[in-house]
Amino acid sequence: MNNLPQNKNFDNYVSNETIDGEIATLNLGPTHPATHGIFQNVLKVDGERILHSEPTVGYIHRAFEKLAERRPYNQITPITDRLNYCSSPINNMGWEMTVEKLAGIEVPKKVDYMRVIIMELARIADHLVCNSVIGVDTGALTGFTYVFQEREKIYELFEEICGARLTTNIGRIGGFEREFSPEFMRKLNKFLEEFPAKFGEFDSLLTRNRIFMDRVIGAGPISPERAISYGFTGPNLRAAGVDYDIRVMNPYSSYGDFEFDIPIGKDGDTYDRFMVRQEEIQQSLNIIRQALDGMPEGLHHANVPGYYLPEKQDVYNSMEALIYHFKIVMGETPIPVGEVYHSVEGANGELGFYLVSDGGRTPYRLHFRRPCFIYYQAYPEMIQGSLLSDAILTMSSMNVIAGELDA
Amino acid sequence: MAEINNEFALAELKSKFGDDVLGSEEQYGMLTVEVSAEKAAEVAEWLRDHDRLTMNFLTDLCGVHYPDNKGKELGVVYHFHSWMNNYRLRVKAFCSIDNPQVPTLTGVYASANWMERETYDFYGIQFQGHPDLRRILNMDEMDYHPLRKEYALEDETREDKDDRYFGR
Repeated sequence: MNNLPQNKNFDNYVSNETIDGEIATLNLGPTHPATHGIFQNVLKVDGERILHSEPTVGYIHRAFEKLAERRPYNQITPITDRLNYCSSPINNMGWEMTVEKLAGIEVPKKVDYMRVIIMELARIADHLVCNSVIGVDTGALTGFTYVFQEREKIYELFEEICGARLTTNIGRIGGFEREFSPEFMRKLNKFLEEFPAKFGEFDSLLTRNRIFMDRVIGAGPISPERAISYGFTGPNLRAAGVDYDIRVMNPYSSYGDFEFDIPIGKDGDTYDRFMVRQEEIQQSLNIIRQALDGMPEGLHHANVPGYYLPEKQDVYNSMEALIYHFKIVMGETPIPVGEVYHSVEGANGELGFYLVSDGGRTPYRLHFRRPCFIYYQAYPEMIQGSLLSDAILTMSSMNVIAGELDA
Repeated sequence: MAEINNEFALAELKSKFGDDVLGSEEQYGMLTVEVSAEKAAEVAEWLRDHDRLTMNFLTDLCGVHYPDNKGKELGVVYHFHSWMNNYRLRVKAFCSIDNPQVPTLTGVYASANWMERETYDFYGIQFQGHPDLRRILNMDEMDYHPLRKEYALEDETREDKDDRYFGR
């Protein structure tokens, strides 16, 4: 941390000379096939070179923080699905862990390990989307079609656990709704067996591909100092050479039990962001294998009847279970008064939840620290002076997700 | 070097800012310090440049509204993080709803720009010295600040839904 690389002069790779002195205004977005989401950028361009950019966000703002002030805690999990929808399970579990922290719920070790498996699968899915889309934006569509097949398999795994694929609403406050089924274990083992080869194919298609490298090296760089000042977290920050990862800094969900490396880059450009994600996919596989091998015995949920829905069978047959069921569904469970901040390593950065509880059935205030909302403001600075096609690449390599940006 | 803990951070803050440290509490292990609103930016800069505390990262900045807290209805909540010490600190600054003014942190952290715009958008807190204080997620024509507590989510004139039956 103390020997951060020196700030490089990134201006060298483009000159600022005007082509013929004529400046045009170009409206990129809000809906444009190359922006992967609803973002508007009003660009001032001189030929192909960007002189100035003015981003407008908020096109799919859905007032999640306001909605959350009217919903009981367990009903907020589906809202978090729609933040970073490429890796919803991480959001879901981040939220569940926040409530558990507030309520002082200790979950069994087994739940931690199950969560780690799901979260790392989600991270792989998210990184696959992002990296393959970098390929698409450079003109290499093939890799995208290869890995989307693999992402599909991850979605099948989610489906096996919770019945949903994209907006998963996976897990419960206190654990999981049920054990991993034998079918899930079979599919997961098959995935772990087959995925590395498929991923290797994708890796060999792009990573050392001269055309791809020439295209992405030096595109949209950022120095570590600027990245920290702009609030970068996640792979984008690590690509700039700073080894900040919440899984290591503030281990949650028993991440301290696993051995894994934190890949970092050097220049913070598109290639480094791509490479960091490629390596993180490998590390995630590694973590999943360790979690499977070390899976502890035990129950798949914490023993907290006030928060965790009882079995349907018990609701029909036991008075106590019926009362708890009613209280949970109606949001009548008492919750401590307090303030808590909890963060998890989302697929694109530090996903934080700042929760203020006044003891009522709903949060008094809930703020989502959405990583891409914070780091997307560096975008105009990162693309200034670069070519329009590099700006597209920079955006896709930053993994900006509209749902998370606009909350 | 002794480890940075809540007592140390609080003592340092108090010795530097004295009466501007209005209160403190510890919740779930995280120290929360309330400072007077006009000192917020100064505190942030001092925390960042402090040679032991080194709070180098602005994790989060958001608003909060307490309508019953007369004279201090609106608050800004900052979460700072020191990566060297792996130490987190929460700082709050309150202002009145009639004159909601808090100095901007944009001179200290570039990331404060949009977070303050978001807070302005939803709570109407005026960040003094902000270079570009416009709405960010809501549309520009909006003439109210929707996350304030006076705007209930559901229409309160509805009669077909009786909240008493839902424990509200």
